[in-house]
Amino acid sequence: MSSTHIVSIYDEELKYLTRRISEMGGTAEQMVADAVRALVTTDGALAQKVISEDVVLDNAERQINEKAVLTITKRQPVSSDLREILGAVRIAAELERVGDLGKNTAKRVIAVQGSGMPRKLARGLEHLAELALMQLKEVLDVYATRSIEKAKAIRERDDEIDAIYTSLFRELLTYMMEDPRNITPCTHLLFCAKNIERIGDHATNIAETIYFMATGAQPEGERPKDDNTASLVAAEPSA
Amino acid sequence: MNILSEAAVEKALDKKMNDVSYKMIGQDVSVYYGDKRALYDVNLNVRENTVTALIGPSGCGKSTFLRTLNRMNDTIDGCRVTGRIALDGDDIYDPSIDVVELRARVGMVFQKPNPFPKSIYENVAYGPRIHGLARGKTEMDAIVEKSLQRAGLWNEVKDRLQESGTGLSGGQQQRLCIARAVAVSPEVILMDEPCSALDPIATARVEELIHELRANFTIVIVTHSMQQAARVSQRTAMFHLGNLVEENDTDKIFTNPDDQRTQDYIMGRFG
Repeated sequence: MSSTHIVSIYDEELKYLTRRISEMGGTAEQMVADAVRALVTTDGALAQKVISEDVVLDNAERQINEKAVLTITKRQPVSSDLREILGAVRIAAELERVGDLGKNTAKRVIAVQGSGMPRKLARGLEHLAELALMQLKEVLDVYATRSIEKAKAIRERDDEIDAIYTSLFRELLTYMMEDPRNITPCTHLLFCAKNIERIGDHATNIAETIYFMATGAQPEGERPKDDNTASLVAAEPSA
Repeated sequence: MNILSEAAVEKALDKKMNDVSYKMIGQDVSVYYGDKRALYDVNLNVRENTVTALIGPSGCGKSTFLRTLNRMNDTIDGCRVTGRIALDGDDIYDPSIDVVELRARVGMVFQKPNPFPKSIYENVAYGPRIHGLARGKTEMDAIVEKSLQRAGLWNEVKDRLQESGTGLSGGQQQRLCIARAVAVSPEVILMDEPCSALDPIATARVEELIHELRANFTIVIVTHSMQQAARVSQRTAMFHLGNLVEENDTDKIFTNPDDQRTQDYIMGRFG
């Protein structure tokens, strides 16, 4: 912001929201990273830590909403101030969802324990998680810098995650067809992959919200999509 | 049967949508108080049956501009207006214009309610009487009732029309002044901070009234309350240091103004 409010406590209220969002972002990032690590190393204790951390994000989201309602009531914000507050509420909701997806992934660690995940599959999941986490990290940086160009770039990159998710989906399907005993762990892993893919979508939503906060307009055009899993079918087993 | 093509219908609708009719035109309007220049070449048109809000910090020229629209500045010594201001295309500063007549067409409501120290009835009847708008008591009674109804005051005062106007509450007095303004059937009503001396409930009543009056009158309102400008107007003009900074749809001004000065002012920031 180029200028400050005449009422300085108004600035403090807006800064509080910005700070809390950044904190939520940091927590969400850590949760997702830990959940994926717990999954590929089948670390039950780490998974448990992720599960118990989710409440931090739930509380933060609630506090951000309460502060936003109070600030709107007291200051009747307009223009970019109003967008700043609405944006904080929206981003807090996205980050809370990211936390839920991390928690859900961590819960599945216990279910897939002992099933001996193939190394290749673990690498695929790790790679997917790396990309999603990078999206998340960069979008949080953009929240701090408000670079419209970067927000647009993040939004346009989501198809990479979609493409890897589609290939993981195929792979898991193949494992399940090879041996019915793989079905239980692979179904869980499929949900984990979907969770991580969704995290990428939430990062993209945040990028769009930041764009709106900075410009007052929605980014133009459809976001690129490369998730073809909705129409994928398993091949008929050969007789 | 004559059926218009779809394209022709669309074009006709489009024309209607984009066809803006202006009640008053302000061209290169400058105002000087002695040597001091208060307005700099303001170009601002007032749309018909629209509420136009003038906003800006104190001393920005918004009230000065408002007062040029019915030549209220004529009463101030050393005040000089240049440029052109037209009502329905006629220059209101033309020597042939009768100022009393002009002010009947362009009425005004002031910041502080200023009823005459006379009865409620007389407050409303005064204007129509001096302009000879009523023939006889029956017609005058009808004008008084209709004006008080339009101002949303009739039900509260109908049983005490002969009581003094100054005995009403502040909010009622302001609505009495609005009734007095509409009694002469003006075409344009100028309002100079009409709610700044009123409590929130009286303010809401006046705002509701402005909304209703818009169907029959063109309204220009000066207000220091950003929220009020956003609530009551369809067009907003922002003034700063005697200049018109920008004029646009109110929705646009309060969500995403083009000018940084407007942005800073409506958000309560200093640039």
